[in-house]
Amino acid sequence: MAGIPHDHYEPKTDGQKWLNKRLPIAGLLYDTLFIPTPKNLNWMWIWGIVLVFTLVLQIATGLFLAMHYVADTELAFSRIEHIMRNVNGGAMIRYVHMNGASLFFVAVYMHIFRGLYYGSYKAPREVTWIIGVLMFVLMMGAGFMGYVLPWGQMSFHGTAVITGLFGAIPFVGEAIQTWLLGASAVGQPALNRFFALHYLLPFILLGITMVHVWAFHTTGNNNPTGVEVRRTSKEDAAKDTLPFWPYFVIKDLLALVVILIVFTAVVGFMPNYLGHPDNYIPANPAATPAHIVPEWYFLPFYAILRAFTADVWLVMLVDWVTFGIVDAKFFGVVAMFGAIAVMALAPWLDTSSVRSGRYRPMFKWWFALLVIDFIVLMWVGARPAEGIYPYISLIGAAYWFAYFLVVLPLLGVIEKPLAQPATIEEDFAAHYPKSTGTPAE
Amino acid sequence: MFKKLTLTTAVALGLMAGAANAAGDSHVEDFDFSFEGMFGSYDQMQLQRGLQIYTEVCSSCHGLEYVTFRSLGEDGGIGWSDDEIRAYIEDRNIEVFDPTLDDGFGDYRPAELTDAFPGSQAEGAPDLSLMAKARAGFHGPYGTGLNQLWYGMGGPEYIASLMTGYEEEPACAEGANMDGNYNSAFAAGGFPESCIYEDGTHMVPGSWIGMGQPLWGEDVDFADGHSNDLHDEAQDVAAFLMWTAEPGLNARKQVGLTGVIFLSILAVLLYLTNKRIWAPVKKGRTEE
Amino acid sequence: MEMHLVSHADDHQGTRRDFIYYATAGAGAVATGAAVWPLVNSMNPSKDVLALASIRRDLSDLQEGMQIVVLWQGKPVFVRFRTPDEIAAAQDVDVDSLPDPLANSDNLGDEAAATDENRTVSVFDGGEGFEPTFPAGALYVSSGLCTHLGCVPVGESGDFGGWFCPCHGSHYDTAGRIRRGPAPRNLPIPYAVLVEDTVIQLGEEA
Repeated sequence: MAGIPHDHYEPKTDGQKWLNKRLPIAGLLYDTLFIPTPKNLNWMWIWGIVLVFTLVLQIATGLFLAMHYVADTELAFSRIEHIMRNVNGGAMIRYVHMNGASLFFVAVYMHIFRGLYYGSYKAPREVTWIIGVLMFVLMMGAGFMGYVLPWGQMSFHGTAVITGLFGAIPFVGEAIQTWLLGASAVGQPALNRFFALHYLLPFILLGITMVHVWAFHTTGNNNPTGVEVRRTSKEDAAKDTLPFWPYFVIKDLLALVVILIVFTAVVGFMPNYLGHPDNYIPANPAATPAHIVPEWYFLPFYAILRAFTADVWLVMLVDWVTFGIVDAKFFGVVAMFGAIAVMALAPWLDTSSVRSGRYRPMFKWWFALLVIDFIVLMWVGARPAEGIYPYISLIGAAYWFAYFLVVLPLLGVIEKPLAQPATIEEDFAAHYPKSTGTPAE
Repeated sequence: MFKKLTLTTAVALGLMAGAANAAGDSHVEDFDFSFEGMFGSYDQMQLQRGLQIYTEVCSSCHGLEYVTFRSLGEDGGIGWSDDEIRAYIEDRNIEVFDPTLDDGFGDYRPAELTDAFPGSQAEGAPDLSLMAKARAGFHGPYGTGLNQLWYGMGGPEYIASLMTGYEEEPACAEGANMDGNYNSAFAAGGFPESCIYEDGTHMVPGSWIGMGQPLWGEDVDFADGHSNDLHDEAQDVAAFLMWTAEPGLNARKQVGLTGVIFLSILAVLLYLTNKRIWAPVKKGRTEE
Repeated sequence: MEMHLVSHADDHQGTRRDFIYYATAGAGAVATGAAVWPLVNSMNPSKDVLALASIRRDLSDLQEGMQIVVLWQGKPVFVRFRTPDEIAAAQDVDVDSLPDPLANSDNLGDEAAATDENRTVSVFDGGEGFEPTFPAGALYVSSGLCTHLGCVPVGESGDFGGWFCPCHGSHYDTAGRIRRGPAPRNLPIPYAVLVEDTVIQLGEEA
């Protein structure tokens, strides 16, 4: 295995040698568990483990929910109530699964912004990053399809709106939408297939997670300095790193448990806070809720979708240039998916020679603005599309794209980075023992 | 800086939640319910009073199709014995439709413990089983959903406010010939142009609701001699409907509290373990 | 992995450190168990299923010499209003000569003999404060599944006037006792009690 030089598994007994010749699984587990990890990782490097945990949590709770659920438009809503009222511990399992989706997205956004700040996407970790963006998209798909299953008002009309996005694609949109729904409108075929796919996607995610981990175990973790681990010799590497077990396993578990305290409090004391009351009304195709609002974790991208209305000059220009093929509706859809796709291009858009935002005095502020932009988009995504809100959406969406397409390429040229430590060991030594480095949790 | 950003983001993410629920202006009073807060639980007597109001008033139009009669016997709820539930069904001649009767054509028969309450009887009257979770009484400010953090979702508060929210039609609506009744807590109904200021804001809270005023005070007499004025009745029936929507509330809070306490202990232990494991490294004595 | 943990051990500190490690591991194991158990438990019968463990049926339409089949927990249960002849035939049997001399009734202990009385009357003494409309020993209740391989026997047939299982030829008498054929046991009698004059309850209330 390529990567940081370190001790590998040596089979000792005859039995171990016998197995190792046939299936080197002990070696694989050893290399994974004792992988040299930069010893200066801070508390933003815990979200990966939180994500793995949440994925397992969702698969486990989802499996047992599926044993009681029926994907039938006549029964789905009442089967959820059956789970809530009759199944042993059913209400708890369902609330955990419901809020688990929120935990998932809290963690993934933290994980993504950590990567953006510390330049984890930069070479040689582009593949890890792109796989990550792909996983994010799959997560959104899984989250969306899961929200359909209770067959409440929001489920139903949200599905209509989201699948309608595909209907905006020129020429083939309507055919694609009909294909997605298996009918001209949301109904039994849609519910049934979304259930099947909602069950499938987490396992695909689990598989891709392994590839994601494989990729960064090959390149080695990034770290807060962005300085690479020395690979000149095993001794040098050992000065920069510590084995994953026990140092980072225990640290990550500590962070995970602290996060789970908050999670348990949410599930126990306000399980419906992050949901929408309208989803406790059975789906009614004849009446649309006053405001259709997606779950909170979709709001930033929903805001970008709504930002590009027909009176934006850019939209008008594109409309005119493409002879009306790309109208405002399709423009919005492209913008929404583009807002995710543009993240995948970050490795090539960022021209800076320095990886970590810690040593980039100008970048810091643009990055802070991006975080604020994200929060503002999330807020405005839930506001009605009237008054000043569309303008806020537009400014927010514009900055999102500008950050990746303009700021990242330009900053690398004009910014003068600060001095970086020569090694991780040096950075670590600067922190300890002088400062105790209390956790930021 | 990243730490600060993280915190801000975490807080903001949490707060965006109820952002969605902006409805029109309405007046929702923050009633004090026994089941609020971390240690709150249902008041059995109040639930029984609420059930009585539901039975004598609401049930003539509305149903509770997700609530079974047997659940009236569950701990942490109404807490009746099976015989009390059977007497309740018998005294009121509650019948349910059984599709297996009459050679598959179905027929009505007396309800059994395992049956659910009948559904709504009147056209347009929604089922009440989940009403307390299907409505949010508190919103904002500015679409942030923060209020729900402090006051809760406000489903039962909304129901109680709706019961007490029937008021004299405001003067501005005179001559507007509105359908239904003016209610200061109901936001989703019709609203006359004559009551809207030029800038689009409403002169009065609420809107016009189709349902006639169901409770007037002294509609029922309680066996426990509890006050039956409108305010108390409204609160009792709202508490009952919270129970129908979330019968497992007591158990859920207990699990939550146990979980938080236990995980806190685990966190302390992990903190100590983590500190000990890292101590030699942080003292610069790594000899890996 | 042990090396990393132990290499810096000072002897007098070792016990306290070990204690924290063990306590953490123990608490972690408890937390995992507490998280897994509800998931496993969710597969146990849910409340609606448990509620059907006990059902009530009104028997006021049941006439002498008639049998109804009640579905209880998804399985047929025979409820028969026996004629005096049938009762007499069932009483006139030497219990010790039966293939299964035990009553096989949930209302009685495991050792109760398969007398006609044990197969019927004692079951229906029932509640107080009302007079059962059925004559003593007339009401018969048992599972409707043959104890051989679970077919549903046919009533008022077979060599003993009780039930006959068409699948493999088991003959039951009018008290549901196996008399001939491959079935090993008498038809099992579920918990049953008259709760009102004509209302029978099958299964104990939870």
